[in-house]
Amino acid sequence: MSDPILRLEGVYTNIAQYHILQGVDLEVPRAAVTMLLGRNGVGKTTTLRSIIGHWRAHQGRIVLDGQDITRIPTPAIARAGVGFVPEDMGIFANLTVEENMVLAAVSGPINSARLDWVFQAFPPLKTFWKSEAGNLSGGQKQMLSIARAMVEERRLYLIDEPTKGLAPAIVSTMARALRELKAQGASILLVEQNFSVARALGDTACVMDDGRIVWSGEMRELATDASLQERLMGLSMEAH
Amino acid sequence: MIKAVLSGDMPRSSVLALVLGLILVCLALAPFLFPGVRTVDTAARICVFIVLVASYDLLLGYGGIVSFAHTMFFGIGAYGVALALTHMGRGFDAILVGAAAGALLAAVLAFVIGLFSLRVRAIFFAMITLAVASAVAVLVSQLSGLTGGEDGLTFKTPRALGPAFKFGDELFGVKLNGKLLSYYVVFIGSLVLFLLMLRVVNSPFGRVLQAIRENDFRAEAIGYRVVYYRVAATCLSAAVAALAGSLYAIWLRYVGPDTTLSMEIMIDILLMVVIGGMGTMYGAVIGATLLVLAQNYLQNLMGVAGSLVEGVPVLPQLLDADRWLLWLGVLFILSVYFFPTGVVGRLRRG
Repeated sequence: MSDPILRLEGVYTNIAQYHILQGVDLEVPRAAVTMLLGRNGVGKTTTLRSIIGHWRAHQGRIVLDGQDITRIPTPAIARAGVGFVPEDMGIFANLTVEENMVLAAVSGPINSARLDWVFQAFPPLKTFWKSEAGNLSGGQKQMLSIARAMVEERRLYLIDEPTKGLAPAIVSTMARALRELKAQGASILLVEQNFSVARALGDTACVMDDGRIVWSGEMRELATDASLQERLMGLSMEAH
Repeated sequence: MIKAVLSGDMPRSSVLALVLGLILVCLALAPFLFPGVRTVDTAARICVFIVLVASYDLLLGYGGIVSFAHTMFFGIGAYGVALALTHMGRGFDAILVGAAAGALLAAVLAFVIGLFSLRVRAIFFAMITLAVASAVAVLVSQLSGLTGGEDGLTFKTPRALGPAFKFGDELFGVKLNGKLLSYYVVFIGSLVLFLLMLRVVNSPFGRVLQAIRENDFRAEAIGYRVVYYRVAATCLSAAVAALAGSLYAIWLRYVGPDTTLSMEIMIDILLMVVIGGMGTMYGAVIGATLLVLAQNYLQNLMGVAGSLVEGVPVLPQLLDADRWLLWLGVLFILSVYFFPTGVVGRLRRG
């Protein structure tokens, strides 16, 4: 792979006494969607949180566009152009939708063309622009969470299970928005449990098991090879 | 116009707007509506405590930071003015120097405490502020040569702010003297500081602070350095508390550990924030007004009520004026039970 936007080299991360990541090697290509797959508890969320600096990797290197960000504070990583959408959405419930979006635009006022694009992707956000984010439905909160990352152009998007627990109609909206983001040439590392969404969006895929990447390659290859899916993910499930 | 003055933060409840308007009018015209030493003193105390509680709300309600050193900052401002007026003479320049020095010292002290303790968990900040506040209170008592120790300092304010200064005969039966001017210095100073706090919490800085209170990791992941914002909020809050202390010293012409540094005042501030409603700013107005009025008049009110029910079994004993603190406690429990989000939160919900 030539000149990836993000590279993880032998990353180990512990949370308290638990050894969650045990030597993750991962490359995220530019202008492509990389799916991070695997069953629950294998370290996908910890991988994203290690990249953004919430959990510190105690061994290994995390390199963003040639810059070592392993020891850089989280806000500096974010300002270096990494947009993070956490699994729990992490919206600011007491602030309005507008205030949530304004806060997310750290480099200055929101670009109106970009905001129009976000509204096109997530129309309810325009409707509830002045409403408190805490009053939104679950799906709308997830839209806001992704919209906050999309409100500015980022070098890399880290998105953790954006369709988790959402109604099918909202899942379609999410998938459409992510497809548009991808069409703009964004580099995305996406954790997703919904395999049909993963298959539709992913260019490349990495499968994790027990805190390591156990397979990486073209998403197409994984999507069309049932025995490979069975071996990588089915075997893991049986093992646990 | 009103929206701009209130930084776009409207009361969002007609009842609340009415109550706030009533409090504003009563405080603005207190010397004329309620002439008398005690009533005007109560009004001045309400003004000062509104600012003090608003500055604490910036920390607790907007920043989610628990501090026990707020009275220390309040005291630093009060002692700043007292020492300046004692050593520089009774001029307005001494007031300005004392207030500025007090605010600066409070901000620097808050910066040092914040930088060392806000990096770690918020509980350490609360513990450290408690320790530092206790140490400063002891220091003030011990340095009696400078601070007057337990007796405090009595000092003279500029002549124009003293009762002997007359600038007219009477207006609506009220003597136009320096004490009246002194009240309006406190009132206008408090109003300006309160509006400043309202501006701060409705600025981008205030929004980031609220975001940090709700989810500090998420705020960091967006790109905001949580420690910087928390330390800045602590410094600003400390400086405003010190300025409130300066206004209090100008009004009382006396400072002492009991009036500015005691833990009782710290508890009062906490009660006022909780009763009024955390993270609302207007809660400071409601909380301070209710509690200061209760502290000053509940005892009298109970004395009257007790005499009205004389001859009825049990009630006169229950309503004995000496039991006012018990009823204040009951009122607090009831207010927390019925208004868990404070009076302002309840009124805004409708």
